[in-house]
Order: sequence, then structure tokens, then C-alpha cells
Amino acid sequence: MSTSFRTDQEFFLDPQRCIGCHACEMACAECETNGQLPMIHVDYVDRFLSPQTSVQICMHCEDPVCARVCPAVAIEKDEFGIVHSANTARCIACSNCVNACPFGVPRKIEPMDLMMKCNMCYDRTSAGKKPMCATVCPSGALFYGTREEMARRRPNSSPVNTFKFGRETVKTKVNIMMPKGETELVVYE
Amino acid sequence: MISTLNRLALTLATLATLGLVAAIYLGSRNLGNFDPALVAYLFACIFACFGVVYRYSVWLQRPPTWRYFARGWQLFFSGRAIVYGWEFVKNFFVNFLGQRFIQKRGRDLGRGHLLMAWGCILAFGVTFPLVFGWIHFGLKPGGIDTYEIYTFGFKTMEFPLHTWIATLIFNALNWSAFLVIAGVMLLIRRRLTHAGQIAVQTFEGDWLPLLLLLAISLTGLGISLDYKFMDGKAHQFMAITHAITVILFLVWMPFGKFFHIIQRPAQLGIAIYRKAGEEGPQAVCPHTGQAFTSQLQVGDLKDVTTQLGFDFRRSDGGSHLDYSPQGKRALLATAHLKARQKAGSYFG
Ligand code: SF4
Ligand code: SF4
Repeated sequence: MSTSFRTDQEFFLDPQRCIGCHACEMACAECETNGQLPMIHVDYVDRFLSPQTSVQICMHCEDPVCARVCPAVAIEKDEFGIVHSANTARCIACSNCVNACPFGVPRKIEPMDLMMKCNMCYDRTSAGKKPMCATVCPSGALFYGTREEMARRRPNSSPVNTFKFGRETVKTKVNIMMPKGETELVVYE
Repeated sequence: MISTLNRLALTLATLATLGLVAAIYLGSRNLGNFDPALVAYLFACIFACFGVVYRYSVWLQRPPTWRYFARGWQLFFSGRAIVYGWEFVKNFFVNFLGQRFIQKRGRDLGRGHLLMAWGCILAFGVTFPLVFGWIHFGLKPGGIDTYEIYTFGFKTMEFPLHTWIATLIFNALNWSAFLVIAGVMLLIRRRLTHAGQIAVQTFEGDWLPLLLLLAISLTGLGISLDYKFMDGKAHQFMAITHAITVILFLVWMPFGKFFHIIQRPAQLGIAIYRKAGEEGPQAVCPHTGQAFTSQLQVGDLKDVTTQLGFDFRRSDGGSHLDYSPQGKRALLATAHLKARQKAGSYFG
């Protein structure tokens, strides 16, 4: 694998800014490692209540649940903290990762009997480029760059990478932009 | 070092290896049919057996793997052996032998892998019994034009020399080499031209296996070509390089990419698990109101995540794992919206 990964750059996600335009999804499908299938999720949060949309990429967890529940040891985290898509030789398509990921990220591609997910555009990031989705998002819901750049753009927000799911705390490589001063996002008590 | 080894795996690997040695001894009629020229291959096979069983046993002890393994057998003996047996057989032919799921992953990959896999299956089918002395050939006494095949010391077949069937049998390893070479060529082309593959491939994981298979096939073919066109002048070189490449393959089997050959049948167990899940109650997501997987899987995942030290229980008595992937994403987005609302501004 290539080694021009920029360790000074990070991913910043602000789901609240998502306008549901699906540009990221189109861009994601350009990623050669996905075989032209979009891996990013753009959802209506609750179609009957509001037009709110939300965007979700893989959070690249420090201790990825997906990898731990994988019976085939098909999911690996590399030295940059990128949690890769399933190893194609090993994945036995059990969907454990799909149903255990606390962020609802991996997809099982049925006819291929294979799990695929966002690998932060490894073909691009490993060559020093930004992920596709972050280069096309018009609303700033997806941003890839340095912490300083982000602080300049969003002086009233703080990047957070600690998530509370009840008693479980999940730490991630990807940040979510929260109101200034916040240090964690409590998904449920 | 002994203390870092997995005791159970060590015991199982030792037993399996002793079993193989006993089977070789008995199958070759007290080594009477064993070909001493193949002794280096034999030791590599015995090492591979130990390594493969050791790694497989360590692998099975992971909580998620063990759960599926135990469930698979439990389902098989649940009194529905015919239904699950049929599912197993169907998947064995379609996905294991026919590799339909790999065909769906890409045309070149599908064709290349199929050729390579069938070449390897044929080669394994010939090589292992020969190396173990389980089959051997001999001229039928009383003539010079009929050959006999003995399996475990019993005569199983005879065929006349200089016929198409003799050509077919004597060249079995050459046919397998042709299949493997064709497959490897297709896959190498893909590795050289597919941008996505280039981004994530590694030498050890992706190139080395292809190059090793190519080397085995070329040196194997070389032995026949040398014999046919060069009067065996390069026999020693060909035989030694072939032996080295095959032994490397066998010794690397438990550690490297080729271990996936041993792991892959687990997919057949998953097919049974899925079938059982479909027949049973479904898990309905509290957010979307839609079924997303079987309750069997959600229940198993709750146990497995707990065993792994995760705690996704909710204060309302439910679990985060009761939510579908879409439901989980919605929970996060809703929590994010609430945090922004609480701070008094939707954006910041
Ligand atoms: S967000 Fe989900 S898919 Fe991504 S690393 Fe974490 S557990 Fe795995
Ligand atoms: S679907 Fe594949 S990658 Fe996901 S847990 Fe199952 S075997 Fe592992």
C-alpha cells in the first residue's frame, strides 16, 4: 500500500449541515476501491416528521466493533487508523459487522457475498488527496483538512470523537462537529 | 515461547498431525508404496497439516467464530437435516465449486479465480495422494502396454498406454498447470490495471500468492517439457526448483493468503445460519418499523458483543443492537440535532 497518507489531515462531519443533495453519494461511487458502488449513507432521519437528512461515513473507530465481531478476521485497521473494507478473500458475508457497527455503516453486497464500507477513499487519501465526498459537499457537512483550518471555518463548534452509547464509549478517528466546548456526543443515556 | 502458544490448538494440531502420519503409514501399506523421491514434499505436507490445524483452532476460539461454528452444527442436528443439508449442497455447488459470488465481483476476477481454483483442486487431488503413497502406478505384469492404478494398495483401475486416457492421466498435473497459468495471467492483468486494486494491494497478500502459483506451474510444466524436448537434460534443475516452490506453498499455507482456502467453507455454514434465520422470527427495528435481520442473529450478536467486552444495553431495557443500521444512523443524527438545539443554534 502507498504511504503518502497525510496524517495532519482529518475528517470532520457535521450531519446537521446535510441538505440531502446526494452529491457525496455520486462522488463516492467514483471511488475505484468500492467498485463504483457508493458507500456513504444519506438518509431522511424521520421521513414522516421532518425533511431532515443526515450523512454518515465510517467513523474509523479506535477499537472497531465491526472488526471484533467479524468471525473471519476480514476487517483490519492500518497504521493510519483507517478501518478497511472486508478482505475479499476472507469475508464470508455473515453481516455481523453490518448489524453490530454502532454507527450503522457497513453494507453487505448481496450477490458478491461481501461486506463493503467506506475506507475513507483509501485510493485517494493514501496518495495525499482528500476523500471524494469531502471535495464535493456544498454545505460543509463533510470536510477534510487540518484541525486549524476547521477551527478557522467553524469558530463556534468543537470537533468531538467520543460517542456515548449508554455505558459504552466509542472513540473514533473521524470527528463530528458539536457546539463549542462539547467533548462528547451522547447518542443515548 | 511455549507459554504464548494456544494449548488447545497445540493439542488439536498434534493429534491431527499424528492422525495424518498414521493415515500415511497405513494408506501406503506400511510405506511400501511410498515414493522416497517425494520425501521433502511429505515433510512439507505434515508441517502444513500441523500449521493449518493450529491456526484453524485458534481462529475457531474467537467468540464470533465459535458462535457460528457451534450454531452451524446445532442447526445441522436440529432435526431439519434435509432442509439444511439441501442448502449446504446447493451452496457447495453454486458458491464453492462454481464460485458464483466471485463471478459477481468482476468478470476477470471471476474467470481468473475459477481457472486458478480448479487448477489447484486438480493438482491437490493428484499430488496429495501421490505424496502420501495412497496411490501409485505400475505396469501390469505380463505385458508392456497396460498400466494399473493402485489406491491404498488395492487395484482400482487399469488403462492401455498410448491412448487418450493415458495422455489424460499422465498429464493431469500439466493440465492443472495450464489452468493455473491462465487464471494467474488474468488476475495479474487485473492487479496491474485496476486502480482500486492498485491502491489497496500488498506484495505479501496479493502478489506473492500469484507469483508463487505461477512459479509452481511453470517449473512443473518445465519438468514435462524438458523430458519431452530436451531428453531430460535439465531435469535436476527443474525438479529442484519445482520442489522448492511447492514446498514454499505448503509451508506458507497456514500463515499467508492461501489459508483462505481452508476458511472459505465456513461460508456454507453461514448459508445454513441464514436459512434458519429466515425461517424464524425477524428482528424489527424500533425506528424504521421494518424487519432487517433475524432475531437469531441479533440475539447472537448481543451475546458475542458482551463476551467481547462491549455493552450496548439501553436504559429502557433494550439494546442498541435492536436497531437496524438505518435506525442507528437516525439515532446519531437525532442526538446531534438535539445537542445543537440545546446549544441554541442549529449550526455553528
Ligand atoms: S464506524 Fe462502524 S464500520 Fe466504521 S470502524 Fe466503526 S464499527 Fe467499523
Ligand atoms: S460480513 Fe464479512 S466482514 Fe462483515 S463480519 Fe461477516 S465476515 Fe466479517
